[in-house]
Amino acid sequence: MTSDTSKLGFYLLLAPIFLWLVLLIILPHIGLFMVSISEKIGPREYQTGFGNYATFFGEPLYWRTFARTAIMSILATALTLILGFPIAYYIAKLTRGRTKTTLFLMCMIPFWVSELVRTFGWMILLRETGVISTTLQSLGLISGPVELLYNDAAIMVGLVYTSILFMIVPLVTTLDSLDDSLIEAGYDLGGTTTSIMREIVIPHAMPGIVSGCIVVFMLSLGNYLTPILLGGKDSLWFTGMIYTQFITRFNWEFGSALGFLLLALSSAIVFLGLKMSRQSLSDTMGRT
Amino acid sequence: MKGHHAVPFLTLRGCVLTDTHPDLVCRDLTKDFDGFRAVDNVSFEVPKGSFFSILGPSGCGKTTLLRMIAGFQSPSHGDLLIKGASMIGVPPNKRPVSMVFQHLALFPTMNIGDNVGFGLRQRGVGRNDIARRVEAVLERVGLPGVSARRIDQLSGGQKQRVAIARCMVLEPDVLLLDEPLGALDLKLREHMKVELKSLQAAFDTTFVYITHDQSEALVMSDNIAVMNHGRFEQIGPPHEVYHNPDTAFVAGFVGDANKIDATVSSVDGPKLTLTSNAGTRMQVEAAQSNLSAGQATQIFLRPEAIELSKSSDSFESNQNVSKGTVNAVLFNGANSSVIVRDPAGNLISVAMPQTGSFAELREGDEVFTCWRPHKARCYPAPQV
Amino acid sequence: MKSTLVTSLVVATALAAPAANADTLRLLTWGGYAPEEVIAKFEAETGHTVEVTTSNNEEMIAKLRATNGGGFDLAQPSQDRITSAQEEFGIYKPMDMSKVNADLFIPSMLKATAGNTTFEGEVYGLPHVWGTSGLVVNTAQAGDVQDYTDLCDASVAGKVSYRLKRPTLIGFAYSMGLDPFAAYGDTAKYQDILNQVEAKLTDCKPNVKTYWGGGDEIKNLLRSGEVVASMAWDTGGWQLNADNPDITFVAPDSGALGWIDTFVLPARGRADDAAYDWINFVMRPDIAAMITNTAGNFTAAVDGDAGVSADLKARYQGSFDQSAIDNIKWYPPVPAGLEALEGATLDRINAAN
Repeated sequence: MTSDTSKLGFYLLLAPIFLWLVLLIILPHIGLFMVSISEKIGPREYQTGFGNYATFFGEPLYWRTFARTAIMSILATALTLILGFPIAYYIAKLTRGRTKTTLFLMCMIPFWVSELVRTFGWMILLRETGVISTTLQSLGLISGPVELLYNDAAIMVGLVYTSILFMIVPLVTTLDSLDDSLIEAGYDLGGTTTSIMREIVIPHAMPGIVSGCIVVFMLSLGNYLTPILLGGKDSLWFTGMIYTQFITRFNWEFGSALGFLLLALSSAIVFLGLKMSRQSLSDTMGRT
Repeated sequence: MKGHHAVPFLTLRGCVLTDTHPDLVCRDLTKDFDGFRAVDNVSFEVPKGSFFSILGPSGCGKTTLLRMIAGFQSPSHGDLLIKGASMIGVPPNKRPVSMVFQHLALFPTMNIGDNVGFGLRQRGVGRNDIARRVEAVLERVGLPGVSARRIDQLSGGQKQRVAIARCMVLEPDVLLLDEPLGALDLKLREHMKVELKSLQAAFDTTFVYITHDQSEALVMSDNIAVMNHGRFEQIGPPHEVYHNPDTAFVAGFVGDANKIDATVSSVDGPKLTLTSNAGTRMQVEAAQSNLSAGQATQIFLRPEAIELSKSSDSFESNQNVSKGTVNAVLFNGANSSVIVRDPAGNLISVAMPQTGSFAELREGDEVFTCWRPHKARCYPAPQV
Repeated sequence: MKSTLVTSLVVATALAAPAANADTLRLLTWGGYAPEEVIAKFEAETGHTVEVTTSNNEEMIAKLRATNGGGFDLAQPSQDRITSAQEEFGIYKPMDMSKVNADLFIPSMLKATAGNTTFEGEVYGLPHVWGTSGLVVNTAQAGDVQDYTDLCDASVAGKVSYRLKRPTLIGFAYSMGLDPFAAYGDTAKYQDILNQVEAKLTDCKPNVKTYWGGGDEIKNLLRSGEVVASMAWDTGGWQLNADNPDITFVAPDSGALGWIDTFVLPARGRADDAAYDWINFVMRPDIAAMITNTAGNFTAAVDGDAGVSADLKARYQGSFDQSAIDNIKWYPPVPAGLEALEGATLDRINAAN
């Protein structure tokens, strides 16, 4: 009797997550896949095949764009980590109480406005007639206006800014859980700041670093607005390409194939990253 | 600390310096935080190879003192010398001291061998050499061949020994221990007391041990410093601190004691006649108490200093004898005691004699208590 | 006289209609085509309520395709994008001309749009707002820019912007002396034109500051002086002209590109009557003038320009003399599949270094 009731309870509790998985994740992806393997041969005429995937690998433009997007996303992830780690370390280890809360909130302030507004903010700062260019001119540091927008560096700035919170939060959580006495023990045993970082702090923060990196990498790879608005005339982004296929070209079949490839290739990159950092996904997600 | 002004704080009695170069010397060490003084003009010396304990209640400043020795905090003023060299301005990683932390602070991301070898790696010792020395020190603490194991595969006592090995492999001049037994269960704690003492003897290294547990300090130490409100109240060997406490605080904090509030009725050389607040008259011999007639005083009396008797016949005349009823019998094996209520209603704890003659004692029985005048310690009562 | 009579007739029918079947009209349109005051007036007169979704050509088609022509009761894509979308996706339904007050429309435009939106013998579209795209130029700094290819001139290097979209391909083709519209039916010939344009635009790339994406973006670039010449819509140029007399819309020598936004009924629209009511309402001269004043473009309504502000008329006349109007290249319907060729070309230009 009891086991029957508890079983029922178990299935009832399982139902929402199961429904969520099936209805919102699995079914749409099956649909997407079905669309991606239909090739258009004429108006309202389709046949099943992997032609769309062949197009991706056959046309250098597409896989080059993907490679470019992936490399820039990895670079953005690395930059975010390099910038976010000291901030997270400062918040987690060098402040306490109200200062800590305040600093943490300050990291979140940019996220109270939409991504579009944040990106426009950067456009105002970086453009030729923008704040930075004008300030530099009035300080006499440069003679003419300088264009800081519409290049890959501007995309980097935007991506790092957009995703740094998602790096700081898991880092603060893992660094918070690092007992201060471990760091003191490191110094006590003759360690230097560098060796303590390398041997004690970073190994401890590794799950946070990896989960932060996964999230930031996925966010950067999947970002649409920032590369479109801040990027230059050569700055193709893979998501922009998918958007173009779906919306401008009415080519849902190829767009679906690109979407599926994005899913598969980004998963592969994350898997490689986990292998290289010798972390397991369950460790990473479980501990933060 | 008012009321203790008459007591000399910095007695080095009992801390007889046989070594001309003590391993650790503190001179007028003071640490001020915002608005309060955590450590207040503390001076002491720790001879080479001895086990020195700093005993005090939580918040007395002992941890701050230890952290100053380790180098995590810098003194507001005063000097600190290790092997004759001043440590002021020397960062913790450059000091010849090692510390065993309260929760041991073993690195969970490393195996035992890497934990123990951490300090040697920082010194740039060769890999083979590290492996050899790590294995050697693990053997000395009785854990051979555990290098490859993870920290969480060890028991509490084993972790304790790894933590000590991690420090001892560096051959420090002074080993600091910050209440490392606090987290262990009673049985293991009793066992580790003995083990720590024997490890200290085996390594022949100076140990500075802080604790709030007087039994730990009494069992292990060569010398004990009793600390209260940032100051050392007394420094001395365990028996000295136990039997001849310098201050009321030491008398009350180290070991069990009955505390009786009284007033001095008359002074006759070392002999004092006191009247307790409940009206009982008592004779006390206290050579250096500096008390005068009419002064309020506190009397400390160890439970084992009081004799029990079923009749008053056997007592000599100059003893303090009073009649009472048994309020409770607290059986605790060899440490059993009897709580006796005297006619004035005060409760007095008396050690149960080991002879077994009072095994039949029951609540409500009439007994006589008796103590010799020189067994009690008298101190001026703190002025409120 | 006639129009007043018609107007009052419409008002009469409109007033008679509502109580019986008040509907919600879900309108998929462009920004500015359904001003608040027009909606308020319409709702007061008919009892229908209007829900507006603003969009652009591509997104309109994508949205309707996603729902197989559902979710909206009236859409306003450009006339050249109707037959191909209908052929591919079947997202529209034919117009019932008996429910439309044809007298409100300028006959020549009604006829032309009907011709361009006929698919398998049925008419799908009615003309509404029309306009052109051409050049918006800061005449003080780039007075020499008279045609699309002038954007590639060294004198304006780094201060040029255009969209990476099909109008750019078409405009450049005309400017290069080619006739892309004539080649619509001949894929090989069209591909040949695209190849030439691709080479030109790839060469021109260093001249470009950025490819603009949205109307606000290009207006900002021109207003700040960061860009002095660009391809853009006529209304954008006229709006900027109001702030800075140096900037205005210039009809290119090879011809401005003319577009007509239409009314079409999505295949699974539910409130057709409300949609027809809206069409007959906004084509009234007074309402048409209100829309022109907010959207900046003129409509296909008879006498629709009567109530338009004098400033706007002046700017229009400043940009278009009679020969320029005659020279407008009106977009013919895009054959299905043509966008795939253009898309590949645009991708290659974007990726070229």
